[in-house]
Amino acid sequence: MLDDFLIRAIIAGIGIALVTGPLGCFVVWRRLSFFGDTLAHSALLGVLLSISLDINLSLTIFVVSSLVALLLLRLEKSTNLAGDSLLGLISHSSLAIGLVILGFLSFIRFDVLGVLFGDILSVNTNDLLFIWIGGGLILAVLFYIWRPLFASTVNYELAEAEGMNPERVNTIFTILLAALIAISIKMIGVLLITGLLIIPTAMARNLSNNPMQMVALSIIGGLLSVFIGLYASFEINTASGPSIVVVALILFILSLIRIGKKKHER
Amino acid sequence: MNNGNTLIRLSKAGIFKNKKWLVRDVDLEVNKGKIVTLIGPNGSGKTTTAKIALGIYKNINGNVERYTENISYVPQKVSIDWALPVRVIDFMVLTQNLRQDDISEALDLTGVKHLRNNNLRDLSGGEFQRVLLARAIAKKPDLLVLDEPVQGVDFTGEVALYSLIKAISEKLSCGILLISHDLHVVMSATDYVVCLNGHVCCSGSPKDVAKSEHYKELFGEKSAELLSIYEHNHDHVHSSDGNIMKDAK
Repeated sequence: MLDDFLIRAIIAGIGIALVTGPLGCFVVWRRLSFFGDTLAHSALLGVLLSISLDINLSLTIFVVSSLVALLLLRLEKSTNLAGDSLLGLISHSSLAIGLVILGFLSFIRFDVLGVLFGDILSVNTNDLLFIWIGGGLILAVLFYIWRPLFASTVNYELAEAEGMNPERVNTIFTILLAALIAISIKMIGVLLITGLLIIPTAMARNLSNNPMQMVALSIIGGLLSVFIGLYASFEINTASGPSIVVVALILFILSLIRIGKKKHER
Repeated sequence: MNNGNTLIRLSKAGIFKNKKWLVRDVDLEVNKGKIVTLIGPNGSGKTTTAKIALGIYKNINGNVERYTENISYVPQKVSIDWALPVRVIDFMVLTQNLRQDDISEALDLTGVKHLRNNNLRDLSGGEFQRVLLARAIAKKPDLLVLDEPVQGVDFTGEVALYSLIKAISEKLSCGILLISHDLHVVMSATDYVVCLNGHVCCSGSPKDVAKSEHYKELFGEKSAELLSIYEHNHDHVHSSDGNIMKDAK
């Protein structure tokens, strides 16, 4: 059954949505969506490195994105640039460097669109293993650091004063983000992974009034987006990443209608 | 040396960072059941002193003796992002495990029990400060450090909050280190005042400090006179929604 590429894609998608749900909540709460984008863009470098050196794709992306994440955290402290300018700088330079290097590697047959937008056809059993084991590890670590991470998200100073170590959990969290990008690139693609992180979460925000509810709804939103998106991708032959994100957007718009009603009732 | 009542003692404490003293030579002591207030202009090192007391800074000069580990801190300007759906009840257990009884008791004491399931961003400034207080006292601390606990609260709210803080110190018999820059209101609810401006300018009972030349220099003659105005008793008490709850004894 695992031979069928659609089944494989769905299993992969479930694994990814289970992770993007909770991680996405923290991205939205901490206002890190541009940060996520930057890590994702740097993943292109990882892809190229992996192809030219012939090492495992997910591992290479994980290492490259983690390094970029650590570099960003460092630069944020030591430069005078505002956070968003710094992110823009790293984000677009890494994308540009990646594409330039790609030009040099003309001897490699390489599907750029697949990396940018995701390609379900390319998901093999090996990738499934990476997604589920990697995803499981990400969730386990997230569970372990949940309380200090959530506390420092609500209020950095409060968490620090009460014996948590906000800086350390922040760093761990950014590495988890890098790991998520590493396992989901093939499905969603470099340009759209942040979409799957934040759009279902934004939908969940509209419908929830406490953190756990928001996490649960954002997982459900992610799962629905993956199911419907992949189905559409299969039926009408669209790229998998964009289809999933479009479904997420539609869900978000539907959640706005519910909010409109709520406001009206008040 | 500890006489059994001292919770924390700073001797000649200070911090030297980036080639300047943030605050230096601070001596102060907080005892059980007493309220010590740090006052001083902006940038005088009040928050820094509180953080030294809490042990947040690593490289400090001088000496800090802490006789309890059970300390609660309410930082200055706690703001919650609208992107976070956090209820009062979630906020209470943010960094600590609490029994339901303790949560209810704390919320009850600060008069915000009815807001338990409300979202933090729907609270008014005064209600939020009360939730912060409830959160800090829920674990029944020996020492409570409050950094400007009346921010974003109107004048009558301020008075009510300070009398609440006084009530808390009596009820829990904990020591309180209070930071404030609005001198007049805070004075009536305090046992000992330390007046900071980079170092300790003067200290003593509220009345002594108000009379001190240093204090007048720092805050002006006017505010010293103002103090007397606010030393009065209320004949009734307001709940957090502004209703009159009961006549004071």
